[in-house]
Amino acid sequence: MTTDIGLWGVPLAIIGGAIRVSTPFLFVSLGECLTERSGRINLGLEGTLVFGAMSGYATAYLTGSPWLGVLAAAICGFGFGLVHGWICALPRVNDIAVGIALMLFGMGLAFFFGKPFIQPVAPDLPTINLGAWSDIPQIQAALKINVLFIIGIVLAVTMAWMFRNTQLGLTIRVVGDSDAAARAMGLKTNRIRFLSTACGGALAGIGGAYLSLYYPGSWNEGLSSGQGLMAVALVIFARWNPLNCFWAALLFGGAGALGPALQSIGITQGYYLFYAAPYVLTLALLIATSSPSKALTGAPGALSITR
Amino acid sequence: MPLDSPLLQHLARRSEAIAIPLIALAAGFILFALFLLLQGQSPANYFALVYKAGFGTAFSWQNTLTRASPLILAALCVALPARLGLIVIGGEGAIVLGGVAASAFAMFFPGATGLVGLLLMGASAAAMGALWIGLIGLMRYGRGVNETISSLLMAYIGVALMNHLVEGPLRDPSSLNKPATYPLSAEQRLGSLPGLDIHWGLVIGIVSCFLVWILMTYTRWGFSARVAGGNVRAAQVQGLPVGILIVGFTALGGAFAGLAGMVEVAAVHGTANASLASGYGYTGILVAFLARHNPLVIIPVAVLLGGFEAANGLVQRRMDLPDATVLVLQGFVFISILISETLYGRIRLFNPEHWKITPATMRENS
Repeated sequence: MTTDIGLWGVPLAIIGGAIRVSTPFLFVSLGECLTERSGRINLGLEGTLVFGAMSGYATAYLTGSPWLGVLAAAICGFGFGLVHGWICALPRVNDIAVGIALMLFGMGLAFFFGKPFIQPVAPDLPTINLGAWSDIPQIQAALKINVLFIIGIVLAVTMAWMFRNTQLGLTIRVVGDSDAAARAMGLKTNRIRFLSTACGGALAGIGGAYLSLYYPGSWNEGLSSGQGLMAVALVIFARWNPLNCFWAALLFGGAGALGPALQSIGITQGYYLFYAAPYVLTLALLIATSSPSKALTGAPGALSITR
Repeated sequence: MPLDSPLLQHLARRSEAIAIPLIALAAGFILFALFLLLQGQSPANYFALVYKAGFGTAFSWQNTLTRASPLILAALCVALPARLGLIVIGGEGAIVLGGVAASAFAMFFPGATGLVGLLLMGASAAAMGALWIGLIGLMRYGRGVNETISSLLMAYIGVALMNHLVEGPLRDPSSLNKPATYPLSAEQRLGSLPGLDIHWGLVIGIVSCFLVWILMTYTRWGFSARVAGGNVRAAQVQGLPVGILIVGFTALGGAFAGLAGMVEVAAVHGTANASLASGYGYTGILVAFLARHNPLVIIPVAVLLGGFEAANGLVQRRMDLPDATVLVLQGFVFISILISETLYGRIRLFNPEHWKITPATMRENS
């Protein structure tokens, strides 16, 4: 049954889409936030995301359990993070270039192993229907919330609390702000960066599993188109604050939902231009929030991207 | 020759920059061979097939060199900004838009044929690419926007813009299944080298590399760029026009990537369509890094990687491997070349100052 609600369908579809589309942004940006707070940049999360999507989908298909798929994606992401962390800890290695290499490598590996899983159908992640009170199907569809989205919100709040109030958070922040200070405090900077990078990778892997196991909900080679990279840019916009990452992820999700929402009411002209909206938004935000002369507020001091 | 001979020491220092990348390349191949073994495939079989389909016959050389030319031009789009310390990875966007610009030129000026027409078509493609990548330099200089992220975003925007133009305003209504622009007429196309089945794009690529090499080695601009790449603040104190350098070098790199798109349209596809986004821009990143951003070394490296790409189809059919096999190989090589950066200055063989460490010299130095 469909109720005609006219143009109201567009904002509704954007809100619903924002919730659906934002989850991978949220997980990847939280992972990147953790990594960058420890003073390292990982541009390769796009590759981690794609590999997480493939490994999650394959595991869910083979075991029949989507949650095992999420776990597998997290483990694979952790592995990519370990590799990135290990290579970047070598002297004179450029962490931005390593990120690019791992991005291309992760995508290549995912396409290599993912070939047999393009056809089969894996089970989806469960959802919670927050829109059950309404009898308008569009509202029900918009408020169908995936469990991972809620886990992501909890994670963002927990991470913000951790950075502010726990010893672990303080340790990561010190390592990220100044090598010298961290060493003077007797902290093992390399080990902390290594583990932060690995955990960040695990989060990006979960973001990928969401893509293949819930929305769009299948595995193919065009599944991700830069979500991982946009999430990295989003962290700069969110000023390395996990709570801001959540709001920024919602904003990006809304931009990503613009094209399909307009298409749903019959506007197909310039579909590809609407499809580019999230990239343009990211670029506009980067231009607006970067600064040519001074370091960015909130930026970890040891981060190579802001120097 | 005695150990303190200046010639020997010079040779040792110079050979470091050749030996380490070769070691890294070999290490990448070995890692990939191990990967194939883990898949139950024979690495020997793989490399034999690559040799056969990439370098074994005249036909395979033609195939390889045809793929090498866009790779050369795409690698220049990485190597030029790299001289300023910028990592630009969005060449793909300039390639696809350069291709669209070339096909739009051919559509609006059907009378422009022959050498003049091709030059104008190339100029429009180069201008489009220069605009696209130059904007990245402008954002970097004017607003401090990280060029790596912005260039990749611009690549996604570029591909979306190409799809929009190819399926909308510039579409040839008779292209049904695969939307494309109007095909170029025979007089508008870029032909083959005399007596060979290799198009002129290869010559364009090689000449471009030599021009860039001259620019880098023998001109004031190349020297200024190297100073600015070493230390931006020092260059500014010296009064070097850092802004012009950044925008100029990124734009020039983009111009070459745009030319790659024009070559693909005018010599290979005959129209602009979605096949333009076939990943040359991304493989070009690896070519530039393997060549350590040296424009002359880009040529052989592009030929090598072009050969692997040319052989991919045969490998796929004969060994029943996915088409992403070549991406995995490139990933291994890319990672090992970056890890090898850590070896510079640490191998005793290449560093004459460490050759004769005796208690006496150590006392002298301390």
